[in-house]
Amino acid sequence: MFYREAGDFKTSYLEDNQTFPIRFDRYRYYAVLAVAFLVVPFIINDYWANAILLPFLIYGIASIGLNVLTGYCGQVSLGTGGFMAVGAYACYKLMTAFPEVSMFIHVILAGGITAVVGVLFGLPSLRIKGFYLAVATLAAQFFLVWLFNRVPWFYNYSASGQISAPERSVFGVLITGPNAPSWATYLFCLIFLTLAGIIARNLTRGTVGRSWMAIRDMDIAAEIIGVNPLRAKMTAFAVSSFFVGIAGALFFSIYLGAVEVGEAFGIQKSFLVLFMVIIGGLGSIFGSLAGAAFLVVLPVVLKLIGVDILGWPTDIVAHFQLVIVGALIITFLVLEPHGIAQLWRVIKEKLRLWPFPH
Amino acid sequence: MKTKLTALALGALMAAGPAVADLTIVDTSYRTGPYAANGIPFSDGYQDYFTLLNERDGGIGGEHINIVECETGYNTEKGVECYEGTKGDEPLVYEPLSTGITYQLIPKVTADGFPMHTLGYGRTSAKNGAVFRNIFNYPANYWDGASVAIEHILDQEGGDIKGKKIALVYHNSAYGKEPIRTLEELAKKHGYELSLLPVDHPGQEQKSQWLQIRREKPDYVIMWGWGVMNQVAIQEAVNIRYPMDHFIGIWWSGSENDVLPAGKGANGYKALTFHNIGSDYPVYDDMRKYVVEAGKAAGAGDQLGTTLYNRGMYAAMLAAEAIKTAQQIAGTSKITPAQMRDGMEALEMTEEKMAALGLPHFGPAFKVTCENHGGDGYAAVTQWDADAGAYKMITGYMQSDQEVLAPLIEEDSMAYAKENGITPGCN
Repeated sequence: MFYREAGDFKTSYLEDNQTFPIRFDRYRYYAVLAVAFLVVPFIINDYWANAILLPFLIYGIASIGLNVLTGYCGQVSLGTGGFMAVGAYACYKLMTAFPEVSMFIHVILAGGITAVVGVLFGLPSLRIKGFYLAVATLAAQFFLVWLFNRVPWFYNYSASGQISAPERSVFGVLITGPNAPSWATYLFCLIFLTLAGIIARNLTRGTVGRSWMAIRDMDIAAEIIGVNPLRAKMTAFAVSSFFVGIAGALFFSIYLGAVEVGEAFGIQKSFLVLFMVIIGGLGSIFGSLAGAAFLVVLPVVLKLIGVDILGWPTDIVAHFQLVIVGALIITFLVLEPHGIAQLWRVIKEKLRLWPFPH
Repeated sequence: MKTKLTALALGALMAAGPAVADLTIVDTSYRTGPYAANGIPFSDGYQDYFTLLNERDGGIGGEHINIVECETGYNTEKGVECYEGTKGDEPLVYEPLSTGITYQLIPKVTADGFPMHTLGYGRTSAKNGAVFRNIFNYPANYWDGASVAIEHILDQEGGDIKGKKIALVYHNSAYGKEPIRTLEELAKKHGYELSLLPVDHPGQEQKSQWLQIRREKPDYVIMWGWGVMNQVAIQEAVNIRYPMDHFIGIWWSGSENDVLPAGKGANGYKALTFHNIGSDYPVYDDMRKYVVEAGKAAGAGDQLGTTLYNRGMYAAMLAAEAIKTAQQIAGTSKITPAQMRDGMEALEMTEEKMAALGLPHFGPAFKVTCENHGGDGYAAVTQWDADAGAYKMITGYMQSDQEVLAPLIEEDSMAYAKENGITPGCN
């Protein structure tokens, strides 16, 4: 009824090619953005920011990054945690070396440094594919974590080996440290997520994205029709690591404030982000966000229901959490192997015909 | 999906609502994950002591104690979530039982005005209360532990350890790295050689470290381990036939859970402690009567008298005494977190006080002041007797080498103050 193309006429190619061609979809997108930017900052509190929204936004950026590499370019990576660590440590070194520079620049530079590191570790992907590449990126994961633990220069020779974010502000508003207001940290991360989403979306439907998908679908065929595999794979690694690096920088500086590389950026993190991408849907920007939301919000909700409402012992709830999240992941992937994004697509197809399906 | 979940979460938050007006204590425990074996007894002891006060005395100063438990799994992100989720209840004190979470929370509790007690863990330089106003780490800290371990080795060797080799096996995290600086300083003073062997989280894989120990044959091994890492390390030491009485663990590597899996081989293993062990105390009679037999014990109720249960109980006892002190200072029984902070800073533990509580000679006597949030650094050595199935105290309480530690603490805390723009001061 509402959700269809009928009567929505396009008079230019630009209009025809927009991300949300259906009017209802477009307005819904604007509404979500308006709520996120104009309403949420006014009602947000510390708990919502630090327990739910910041992790969601940051993991959202990371999973968009991994989706570019794994979902669009078909290169499986288990090095996400390590690349997030590169972003975090780059951000830390920049923050402490140039305290007067804006955090926006630091975070973007941290992403850039991660992109360079990502390309370096992506070079083997020209020779090795599939599972073998996954193992090579796994090596990156372990090497990077070891490096940041091993070389004291990265953590400014602090006795504990931890890095902690000093207070920094953007346009006079504190953005890191314990005194930063939650609306500011939220908006800061939201801006990066929105930009990441828009950039990724537009890259993936342009020439670059098409060459990634060609490589993903059949690399030999892609090479024959003139896609340069070196350029395609390296750009995918660069863009992916750029986003993952930004996520790592935000994860450290805005969200946690102090991290220990082995705990915060270990192999679990790589798997977590990979699960987000798989559950959300490979090759979909919306899927990245849905996967991130699923894996960040669900444990918190289960905890709230179990402990605060039902009053169960915390250990039982923690164990149930593992069982329920695990069972849901399996159920989801059995019922819908292409993830939440595909579920969403099916719903949209149905909505188009509703309420007259024949 | 997303909106539905958000709505659900919102509903859950609404229903959870604010807690009733009691004195709230947050217990950030971990009963799951690779550190659960150590997290469970501590949390049980911590909660049971407050339950005892509620059941026997009707709370503290007539105020019921409300314990909010939050599961962290020893994970920093969950720890932050717990902190954000509980700080609305105006808790009197945080006891995170994780050095990683402590580092995370130091700036947060300072900004929000909550006191935090880190009993024998956390950031050592928090001892300097002029810089760390809200953080307390009495009665002993990691550097005290390292120093006392070296003192014990000195005693064993007749006062001269020049040229001896000492290896440190440590959890490769902020926690495990804490003693390195002290051990290096002490190496300069006493002339021993220190070798460092990090073990990565969670610590199940230690073959290469122990191979190295087997090859280098250090005279003593000191361990900074936690959770499953302890059990694995002790088993590996048994496997390479390392002399167990030359293997000294920090107090977090000295619970029954750590030595039992290695069986008889673990006999003679040593660990530090800053409080007494065993269950031969009058308070345990009350504990059995009011808590265990009444079915109100936390967890499975089977941890009474274990080392870590005692430590949890000790932490709760210190918190309860600080609440009493704070109530006296504030002149009201309903104290705020800020008043609790003042109470902790004025806390004085004496022999008479401990005897009156049913815990005679349980821990060292100490007095907290603004300049000293960390007590006097007394610790003793215990040794595992596999036949008896219990630890035994083999030394008296020894004071750490304050000559070496005081300047280190001064230096580290001042560096923190400078980094974070804090003006040290006691007013």
